[in-house]
Amino acid sequence: MGYATWREPFVRVVPFAGRYSPKPHDVIVGIVQDVQKTFWLLDIDASRWAPLHTSGTPWEPGPGELDEFLRVGDAVLVAVENLDATGKIGVTMKGEGLGKLSGGTLAGVSPAKIPRVIGKGGSMIHTITQLTGTQVAVGQNGRIWVDGNPDGILRVRECLRIIETEGQRSGLTERIEGFLRSTGPTDDTGPHPPRPESVDRRGPDRFEDDPSGPDDSPSIPSDESHEGEGPWET
Amino acid sequence: MSEVVSAEIQTTHIIDLARAGRRLDGRGIDDWRPVTVEPGYVKSADGSALVHVGDTAVLCGVKLEIGKPFPDTPNAGVLTTNAELIALSSPTFEPGPPQPEAIELSRVVDRSIRAAETIDLTKLCVTPSEKCWTCYVDIHCLDHTGNLIDAAQLAALGALTHATVPAKRFGVGEHDYPLDVSHFPVECTFVRLGDRIVADPTFEEETAGQGRLTVATDEQGNVVAMQKGKIGAFSPEEVVETVERAFRHGDRLRNVVRGT
Repeated sequence: MGYATWREPFVRVVPFAGRYSPKPHDVIVGIVQDVQKTFWLLDIDASRWAPLHTSGTPWEPGPGELDEFLRVGDAVLVAVENLDATGKIGVTMKGEGLGKLSGGTLAGVSPAKIPRVIGKGGSMIHTITQLTGTQVAVGQNGRIWVDGNPDGILRVRECLRIIETEGQRSGLTERIEGFLRSTGPTDDTGPHPPRPESVDRRGPDRFEDDPSGPDDSPSIPSDESHEGEGPWET
Repeated sequence: MSEVVSAEIQTTHIIDLARAGRRLDGRGIDDWRPVTVEPGYVKSADGSALVHVGDTAVLCGVKLEIGKPFPDTPNAGVLTTNAELIALSSPTFEPGPPQPEAIELSRVVDRSIRAAETIDLTKLCVTPSEKCWTCYVDIHCLDHTGNLIDAAQLAALGALTHATVPAKRFGVGEHDYPLDVSHFPVECTFVRLGDRIVADPTFEEETAGQGRLTVATDEQGNVVAMQKGKIGAFSPEEVVETVERAFRHGDRLRNVVRGT
């Protein structure tokens, strides 16, 4: 299934679902599957694995030293550099914000839904990170890195689920915002303290529109008692 | 793509959550996803059931045909279980000959049904050494989001429970009659995540899991079959606790299968 537009003699189809097809300059999340002499092989959820050569990293490992930098199972944020006619996908780690992802976890949506996750001018992702107090890196291949306290991460996952299932409908950002506000504030007492800037961004106005009322005030020390409110607890 | 390694940060996150008694989809450690059983889903089969465990969907069909008993069991019918993991149901399944997962699935389901004596095979014998009913239990995985074993076993039990023996069609009786199901075994699978053992694991939890234990219980309080999978260990106390949990879930799931 997809959304088709005709422009004779071509038909352009934007699919609703499907595997990721790489495009140059896409920022994607890869998972190291194999370590070779001069490159790592990354699973990027495309039709084949992508090699990450040492020349595309800030490191200069000698032969056989590659697993001192990245090991099987490590997640990395990389950019697609080139695609050749044989379908080989070249990726690089050189670029702003790229590198190994440590801490946090990975979530995912269908690659076709990534534009909805980011939203117009980044509005959706901004809403989500602001209201959950998390840090997020979105890969165009549908993998999303999330870091924050456990409640924040679970709420981000719930948002992604909503986007995945209702991504075709309008007013999605408002729906997500409504969902996040109605499910109350995040639990600030989690093992990962929220980043300073996310505390600032969430500010006091977060509670003004909160329909769940003053009971959810974060000044109550035992925030654990609020965990049962989210839909993920049912 | 069956051998893709998942990200370590993902595995760590799942185990950290489990330590706090939580799971990715918000369930508790011992909670199941919603289970539905739709018997008689395939009209052309002698028995069938579509089972959903959360988003995992398994369809099972039962076919009964007249065949020849095995020489070593001349007075018994034949029960054959087969599982198909079609490539459409998960990115980790590929077309081609059955993978070890499919073989394990069919054997584990078969074992619970056989060991619990769900069907009295001697009643499937028509003429000793010559004619008997051959019962095919065919399991098709439609959507794999974790815990295939339990979904497949529930589907098999559901299909058998509501199956009809087509005696008239094969000319060995006046009327078709319901297949006699004497026992109701139900399998419950658990996966170890750190020091916690979770019920009804999702695909992500199975991938992150450090040991998997399947316990089949029947309605009379017997443990009829077990299967240990994946790399990881369970202490004797954990096995006992897991069996108790399997009985609790088993009783509830039996009612779901029988009540519908």
